[in-house]
Amino acid sequence: MISPLVRIQREDFSLQDEIGALSAGRADIGAIVSFTGLCRDEAGTLAALELEHYPGMAEAEIARVAAEAASRWPLLGLVAIHRYGLIKPGEQIVLVLAASAHRRAAFEAADFMMDYLKTRAPFWKRERRADGTLGGWVEAKADDDDAAKRWEQAP
Amino acid sequence: MSTATATAAAGTRPVRIVYFAWVRERVGLPEETLDIPTDLATIADLVRWLKARGEGYEAAFADEKIVRAALDHVHAKPNARLGNTREIAFFPPMTGG
Repeated sequence: MISPLVRIQREDFSLQDEIGALSAGRADIGAIVSFTGLCRDEAGTLAALELEHYPGMAEAEIARVAAEAASRWPLLGLVAIHRYGLIKPGEQIVLVLAASAHRRAAFEAADFMMDYLKTRAPFWKRERRADGTLGGWVEAKADDDDAAKRWEQAP
Repeated sequence: MSTATATAAAGTRPVRIVYFAWVRERVGLPEETLDIPTDLATIADLVRWLKARGEGYEAAFADEKIVRAALDHVHAKPNARLGNTREIAFFPPMTGG
Protein backbone atom coordinates (compact mmCIF):
# COMPACT_ATOMS: atom_id res chain seq x y z
CA MET A 1 0.00 0.00 0.00
CA ILE A 2 1.19 3.52 -0.83
CA SER A 3 1.98 6.19 1.77
CA PRO A 4 -0.22 9.21 1.05
CA LEU A 5 1.37 12.66 1.32
CA VAL A 6 -0.62 15.07 3.51
CA ARG A 7 0.41 18.69 4.08
CA ILE A 8 -1.33 21.46 6.01
CA GLN A 9 0.30 24.79 5.24
CA ARG A 10 -0.14 28.54 5.11
CA GLU A 11 1.87 28.92 1.88
CA ASP A 12 0.55 28.44 -1.62
CA PHE A 13 1.34 25.27 -3.61
CA SER A 14 2.17 24.53 -7.24
CA LEU A 15 0.10 21.94 -9.08
CA GLN A 16 2.93 21.50 -11.60
CA ASP A 17 5.54 20.90 -8.89
CA GLU A 18 3.34 18.44 -7.00
CA ILE A 19 2.55 16.40 -10.12
CA GLY A 20 6.26 16.46 -10.99
CA ALA A 21 7.23 15.20 -7.53
CA LEU A 22 4.56 12.49 -7.61
CA SER A 23 5.49 11.10 -11.04
CA ALA A 24 9.26 11.72 -11.14
CA GLY A 25 11.35 8.69 -12.10
CA ARG A 26 8.49 6.23 -12.49
CA ALA A 27 6.69 4.72 -15.44
CA ASP A 28 3.96 2.65 -13.76
CA ILE A 29 1.44 5.51 -13.42
CA GLY A 30 -1.12 5.70 -16.23
CA ALA A 31 -3.42 8.36 -14.80
CA ILE A 32 -3.18 11.32 -12.44
CA VAL A 33 -6.39 13.14 -11.51
CA SER A 34 -6.00 16.51 -9.83
CA PHE A 35 -8.54 18.64 -8.01
CA THR A 36 -7.76 22.24 -7.08
CA GLY A 37 -10.19 24.19 -4.89
CA LEU A 38 -10.05 27.98 -5.30
CA CYS A 39 -11.45 30.92 -3.36
CA ARG A 40 -14.38 32.53 -5.25
CA ASP A 41 -15.09 36.28 -5.10
CA GLU A 42 -18.87 35.68 -4.66
CA ALA A 43 -19.77 38.21 -7.38
CA GLY A 44 -17.30 40.78 -6.05
CA THR A 45 -18.64 40.80 -2.46
CA LEU A 46 -15.81 38.77 -0.89
CA ALA A 47 -12.42 40.30 -0.01
CA ALA A 48 -10.92 37.15 1.50
CA LEU A 49 -11.58 33.97 3.42
CA GLU A 50 -10.00 33.27 6.78
CA LEU A 51 -9.41 29.57 7.19
CA GLU A 52 -9.13 28.38 10.77
CA HIS A 53 -7.95 24.83 11.42
CA TYR A 54 -7.28 22.42 14.26
CA PRO A 55 -3.51 21.82 14.18
CA GLY A 56 -2.67 18.19 14.77
CA MET A 57 -6.14 16.88 14.09
CA ALA A 58 -6.25 18.36 10.56
CA GLU A 59 -3.21 16.32 9.54
CA ALA A 60 -4.44 13.22 11.38
CA GLU A 61 -7.96 13.32 9.96
CA ILE A 62 -6.87 13.90 6.35
CA ALA A 63 -4.34 11.08 6.76
CA ARG A 64 -7.16 8.78 7.93
CA VAL A 65 -9.30 9.71 4.91
CA ALA A 66 -6.30 9.21 2.60
CA ALA A 67 -5.54 5.81 4.12
CA GLU A 68 -9.15 4.79 3.49
CA ALA A 69 -8.91 5.93 -0.15
CA ALA A 70 -5.67 3.97 -0.55
CA SER A 71 -7.36 0.85 0.83
CA ARG A 72 -10.39 1.18 -1.48
CA TRP A 73 -8.69 1.89 -4.81
CA PRO A 74 -5.49 0.52 -6.41
CA LEU A 75 -3.61 3.82 -6.14
CA LEU A 76 0.02 4.44 -7.03
CA GLY A 77 0.15 7.84 -5.34
CA LEU A 78 -2.06 10.18 -3.31
CA VAL A 79 -1.44 13.79 -2.28
CA ALA A 80 -3.63 16.13 -0.22
CA ILE A 81 -2.56 19.70 0.56
CA HIS A 82 -4.85 22.07 2.48
CA ARG A 83 -4.03 25.71 3.23
CA TYR A 84 -5.06 27.80 6.21
CA GLY A 85 -4.87 31.51 7.01
CA LEU A 86 -6.00 34.41 4.84
CA ILE A 87 -6.87 33.40 1.27
CA LYS A 88 -8.00 35.89 -1.37
CA PRO A 89 -10.34 35.32 -4.33
CA GLY A 90 -8.53 33.53 -7.14
CA GLU A 91 -6.05 31.92 -4.75
CA GLN A 92 -5.78 28.17 -4.19
CA ILE A 93 -7.16 26.50 -1.04
CA VAL A 94 -6.85 22.76 -1.51
CA LEU A 95 -5.14 20.23 -3.80
CA VAL A 96 -5.81 16.53 -4.23
CA LEU A 97 -3.80 14.33 -6.59
CA ALA A 98 -4.70 10.68 -7.14
CA ALA A 99 -2.47 8.49 -9.30
CA SER A 100 -3.26 5.02 -10.59
CA ALA A 101 -2.52 2.68 -13.46
CA HIS A 102 -5.94 3.45 -14.96
CA ARG A 103 -8.20 6.50 -14.90
CA ARG A 104 -11.27 5.14 -13.09
CA ALA A 105 -9.56 4.54 -9.76
CA ALA A 106 -7.83 7.94 -9.95
CA PHE A 107 -11.09 9.81 -10.69
CA GLU A 108 -13.02 8.03 -7.94
CA ALA A 109 -10.33 8.35 -5.30
CA ALA A 110 -9.95 12.10 -5.93
CA ASP A 111 -13.74 12.53 -5.75
CA PHE A 112 -13.90 10.52 -2.50
CA MET A 113 -11.03 12.51 -0.98
CA MET A 114 -12.75 15.84 -1.65
CA ASP A 115 -16.15 14.70 -0.36
CA TYR A 116 -14.56 13.55 2.89
CA LEU A 117 -12.22 16.54 3.22
CA LYS A 118 -15.29 18.79 3.06
CA THR A 119 -17.19 17.02 5.81
CA ARG A 120 -14.44 15.62 8.08
CA ALA A 121 -11.30 17.76 7.89
CA PRO A 122 -11.33 20.27 10.79
CA PHE A 123 -11.26 23.55 8.89
CA TRP A 124 -13.66 26.50 9.18
CA LYS A 125 -14.07 29.38 6.75
CA ARG A 126 -14.97 32.91 7.73
CA GLU A 127 -15.74 35.66 5.24
CA ARG A 128 -14.17 39.09 5.04
CA ARG A 129 -16.39 41.21 2.85
CA ALA A 130 -15.28 43.61 0.10
CA ASP A 131 -17.06 46.50 1.94
CA GLY A 132 -14.59 46.11 4.82
CA THR A 133 -16.93 44.35 7.25
CA LEU A 134 -16.29 40.99 8.85
CA GLY A 135 -18.72 38.45 7.41
CA GLY A 136 -20.04 35.38 9.15
CA TRP A 137 -18.73 31.86 9.42
CA VAL A 138 -19.51 29.89 6.28
CA GLU A 139 -22.25 27.35 7.02
CA ALA A 140 -21.83 23.68 6.24
CA LYS A 141 -23.95 22.52 3.31
CA ALA A 142 -26.32 19.55 3.42
CA ASP A 143 -25.23 18.85 -0.18
CA ASP A 144 -21.71 18.14 1.05
CA ASP A 145 -22.99 15.65 3.65
CA ASP A 146 -25.09 13.95 0.96
CA ALA A 147 -22.06 13.79 -1.36
CA ALA A 148 -19.98 12.11 1.36
CA LYS A 149 -22.77 9.60 2.11
CA ARG A 150 -22.65 8.33 -1.48
CA TRP A 151 -19.43 6.47 -0.62
CA GLU A 152 -20.98 4.54 2.27
CA GLN A 153 -22.78 2.20 -0.12
CA ALA A 154 -20.24 2.16 -2.95
CA PRO A 155 -17.96 -0.90 -3.12
CA MET B 1 -11.48 15.38 57.23
CA SER B 2 -14.19 13.00 56.18
CA THR B 3 -15.63 15.67 53.83
CA ALA B 4 -12.25 16.12 52.17
CA THR B 5 -11.97 12.37 51.69
CA ALA B 6 -15.43 12.22 50.15
CA THR B 7 -14.51 15.01 47.70
CA ALA B 8 -11.31 13.24 46.74
CA ALA B 9 -13.25 10.02 46.21
CA ALA B 10 -15.64 11.76 43.79
CA GLY B 11 -12.49 13.07 42.15
CA THR B 12 -11.56 15.39 39.34
CA ARG B 13 -8.96 15.16 36.64
CA PRO B 14 -7.43 17.80 34.37
CA VAL B 15 -8.35 17.81 30.68
CA ARG B 16 -7.42 20.24 27.94
CA ILE B 17 -10.47 21.57 26.14
CA VAL B 18 -10.07 23.39 22.81
CA TYR B 19 -12.68 25.38 20.89
CA PHE B 20 -12.82 26.47 17.27
CA ALA B 21 -14.65 28.98 15.04
CA TRP B 22 -17.92 30.30 16.51
CA VAL B 23 -17.79 27.88 19.43
CA ARG B 24 -14.45 29.51 20.38
CA GLU B 25 -15.94 32.99 20.00
CA ARG B 26 -18.97 32.23 22.16
CA VAL B 27 -16.97 30.53 24.91
CA GLY B 28 -14.50 33.41 24.69
CA LEU B 29 -11.40 31.20 24.86
CA PRO B 30 -9.38 29.18 22.33
CA GLU B 31 -8.48 26.59 24.96
CA GLU B 32 -8.39 25.91 28.68
CA THR B 33 -7.40 23.19 31.09
CA LEU B 34 -10.23 22.30 33.45
CA ASP B 35 -10.47 19.90 36.36
CA ILE B 36 -13.52 17.91 35.39
CA PRO B 37 -15.38 15.48 37.67
CA THR B 38 -14.33 11.94 36.94
CA ASP B 39 -17.97 10.85 37.03
CA LEU B 40 -18.67 12.66 33.74
CA ALA B 41 -18.93 9.60 31.51
CA THR B 42 -19.66 10.91 28.03
CA ILE B 43 -19.19 13.96 25.82
CA ALA B 44 -22.87 14.83 26.39
CA ASP B 45 -22.27 14.76 30.17
CA LEU B 46 -19.32 17.13 29.76
CA VAL B 47 -21.39 19.49 27.58
CA ARG B 48 -24.07 19.68 30.31
CA TRP B 49 -21.38 20.38 32.91
CA LEU B 50 -19.80 23.09 30.73
CA LYS B 51 -23.17 24.77 30.09
CA ALA B 52 -23.56 25.31 33.83
CA ARG B 53 -20.29 27.28 33.90
CA GLY B 54 -21.65 30.46 32.35
CA GLU B 55 -23.42 32.35 29.59
CA GLY B 56 -20.67 31.95 27.00
CA TYR B 57 -20.79 28.16 27.32
CA GLU B 58 -24.55 28.20 27.28
CA ALA B 59 -24.52 30.22 24.04
CA ALA B 60 -21.89 27.96 22.47
CA PHE B 61 -23.83 24.79 23.27
CA ALA B 62 -27.35 26.24 22.87
CA ASP B 63 -28.00 23.73 20.11
CA GLU B 64 -26.11 20.65 21.26
CA LYS B 65 -26.97 18.77 18.06
CA ILE B 66 -24.97 21.23 15.95
CA VAL B 67 -21.70 21.32 17.90
CA ARG B 68 -19.25 18.56 16.97
CA ALA B 69 -16.60 17.04 19.19
CA ALA B 70 -13.31 15.21 18.93
CA LEU B 71 -11.48 13.13 21.54
CA ASP B 72 -7.69 13.24 21.18
CA HIS B 73 -7.97 14.35 17.52
CA VAL B 74 -10.61 11.78 16.50
CA HIS B 75 -14.24 12.69 15.68
CA ALA B 76 -16.63 11.43 18.37
CA LYS B 77 -20.41 11.31 18.91
CA PRO B 78 -22.15 12.82 21.98
CA ASN B 79 -22.55 9.36 23.56
CA ALA B 80 -18.82 8.57 23.22
CA ARG B 81 -17.12 7.84 26.55
CA LEU B 82 -14.47 10.27 27.73
CA GLY B 83 -12.31 7.50 29.17
CA ASN B 84 -8.76 8.78 29.65
CA THR B 85 -9.01 11.40 26.91
CA ARG B 86 -6.46 14.17 27.38
CA GLU B 87 -7.73 16.68 24.80
CA ILE B 88 -11.37 17.33 23.96
CA ALA B 89 -12.33 19.65 21.10
CA PHE B 90 -15.64 21.35 20.32
CA PHE B 91 -16.37 23.00 16.99
CA PRO B 92 -19.10 23.74 14.40
CA PRO B 93 -19.68 21.51 11.35
CA MET B 94 -16.59 21.74 9.16
CA THR B 95 -16.37 23.94 6.08
CA GLY B 96 -12.96 23.15 4.60
CA GLY B 97 -12.08 21.98 1.12
